[in-house]
Amino acid sequence: MLLSRVLEEKLGSLYRAGGRIVGGVYLGKGQEAFSAALGIQLRKGRDIYGPLIRDQAGRIAFGESLLDAVRTYLGAVTGPMRGRDGNIHRGRPKEGLMAMISHLGSLVSVVAGGLFARRLAGTLHDSVGATSIGDGGTSTGAFHEGLNMAAVEKLPLVISVANNQYAYSTPNCRQYACVDLVDRAKGYGVQGVAVDATDLGQCLEAFDAAVKRARNGEGPQMVVGHLLRLSGHGEHDDASYIPETARKGPSSVDCLPAAERRIIDEGWMNENELKDLFTEARGKVDQAVAKVSKEATPDPFKEKWQALSSEELAEGHHEA
Amino acid sequence: MSITYLEAIREAQYEALRNNPSVFLYGQDIGSFGGAFKATKNLNKEFPGRVFDSPISEDAMVGMAVGAAVEGARPIVEMQFADFSSVGFNQIVNQAATLYWRTSTPCPITIRMPSGGTAGSGPFHSQSMEAIYAHYPGLVIVTPATVEDAYWMLLDSIAINDPVIYCEHKFLYYHLKADEIGTRTLPIGKARIARPGRHATIVTYSAMVHEALRAAEELQLDGYSIEVVDLRSVKPMDTDTILASVARTGRLLAVGEAFPWGGVTAEIIARVASEGFHLLDAPPMRLNSKDTPIPYHPNLWKAHRPTIATIAAALRRLLRY
Repeated sequence: MLLSRVLEEKLGSLYRAGGRIVGGVYLGKGQEAFSAALGIQLRKGRDIYGPLIRDQAGRIAFGESLLDAVRTYLGAVTGPMRGRDGNIHRGRPKEGLMAMISHLGSLVSVVAGGLFARRLAGTLHDSVGATSIGDGGTSTGAFHEGLNMAAVEKLPLVISVANNQYAYSTPNCRQYACVDLVDRAKGYGVQGVAVDATDLGQCLEAFDAAVKRARNGEGPQMVVGHLLRLSGHGEHDDASYIPETARKGPSSVDCLPAAERRIIDEGWMNENELKDLFTEARGKVDQAVAKVSKEATPDPFKEKWQALSSEELAEGHHEA
Repeated sequence: MSITYLEAIREAQYEALRNNPSVFLYGQDIGSFGGAFKATKNLNKEFPGRVFDSPISEDAMVGMAVGAAVEGARPIVEMQFADFSSVGFNQIVNQAATLYWRTSTPCPITIRMPSGGTAGSGPFHSQSMEAIYAHYPGLVIVTPATVEDAYWMLLDSIAINDPVIYCEHKFLYYHLKADEIGTRTLPIGKARIARPGRHATIVTYSAMVHEALRAAEELQLDGYSIEVVDLRSVKPMDTDTILASVARTGRLLAVGEAFPWGGVTAEIIARVASEGFHLLDAPPMRLNSKDTPIPYHPNLWKAHRPTIATIAAALRRLLRY
């Protein structure tokens, strides 16, 4: 979560400086504990992970390289998306890291489908799939269809719901009418727990237990985290719609300094050791940005303008 | 012995399940019930654990197929009616169709769409969706018109490493029979000359091939020989075969059962006008359904879609020019 914060601060400053980053920057500030706590439970190469917008921390925990992130944000042709898609839409599906589309909820069934195919092929073993959603995303039909289907098929799917109180600018009261989003789990026949997602310890325990239950064949699991988005929807957004009461409310705690305090209080590390970790993270991020800055951006004349993998079925160009 | 278009679709799925353990079937009521049209009859008995009833969730059905394809499976999704694929539209055009281009991960899924009108089916069980899907990059759209194509093109679709929208026409399910399936003749992407002729070309596909052939027979009585081109796949569209036919006849009528605005017939006309303008002796014409939802009552339905009579009338106008 520390590396994620450092990387995202760098991406934010590159965005504000202008010129380097094309398109938006969508940060997960305040959500790192919740995101990383899931990512760290997953085994790259064995499990399937479908991160969403605010999952930089989960991606790092899962094992996505910093270079993949930076290359995609800077549009380098060397990155996994080669300039064809950007920022948080990156992924390496064949390695179990799904590449989200913008339509919220639509990864739920995709991750479920991967698990379904593995079960059919006899290769599921104890692997799980996990994907994330926010409070707003739970209102989509795709989310409902996907989770219901995963429950019907009793697939080892873990859904993390980061309730950061605002879907872009829309507050919870305009998004759902149940008391807590975790109430929905029951309706799907899914086990659900809610945690204070500003507390890394709670997040780790909840995802550890949920992933274990899924691995044990207990079907889909939902973990709802209560927190507050500590940034705009994207870096273009000053989040002026979030009132002072929410900014000072109990969910507004920043998970990162809170986790640092805990680490020091418990005596797991001292301040200097933590500082060293930050310095190390900044070094890694600066190195990645410096490397990628020298790499090529896509060339429209070298681009293969073909959407199909089947050469023989690609249409010739019929325009002037 | 004879085999229907519908039985050919069942047989192709049987073959695919038999020959490739990565193939599975997912759709509403397709398990022990055998599907709303019985296109999967007995397949769940013959292939236990590989033919699944899905919830009524077209979005999730397609999404799950995409996820399964990433893992190396070759799923066949049955939409109960093509019309309902609109609920799964997002997953088809944004998830499945973009996956390879975005991530270099092939997406070999086949979505079967029982398409087109039958008498009494009304606005929501009669639609032809091929033009909608053809508009989006990253999809292959096939529209078989014969028993042989129903069989071989479904097997070919399953073998393709890209998402294929397989538009099977419900009107042909029981009406169209052949003595046997026959041998594979053309690959997907190649059109077929369904009837050779010299005076005008009809380019069409799916069930309209048969209406066009009958209209051509009618014109034969007046001494006109009409060439009928069956596109077989609307994307890719075999522009070369279309242009070669227009070069022989000098006149073009594009016929489709779908709604008139844009669409497959518009694409045919646009290609011939821009690439074969010099071949034309008359302005190219097109004939589609009317620009209203598809009516329920047979009296209205028969007038809504192109028929032998309206195709023949259009041909006469084209030939008089």
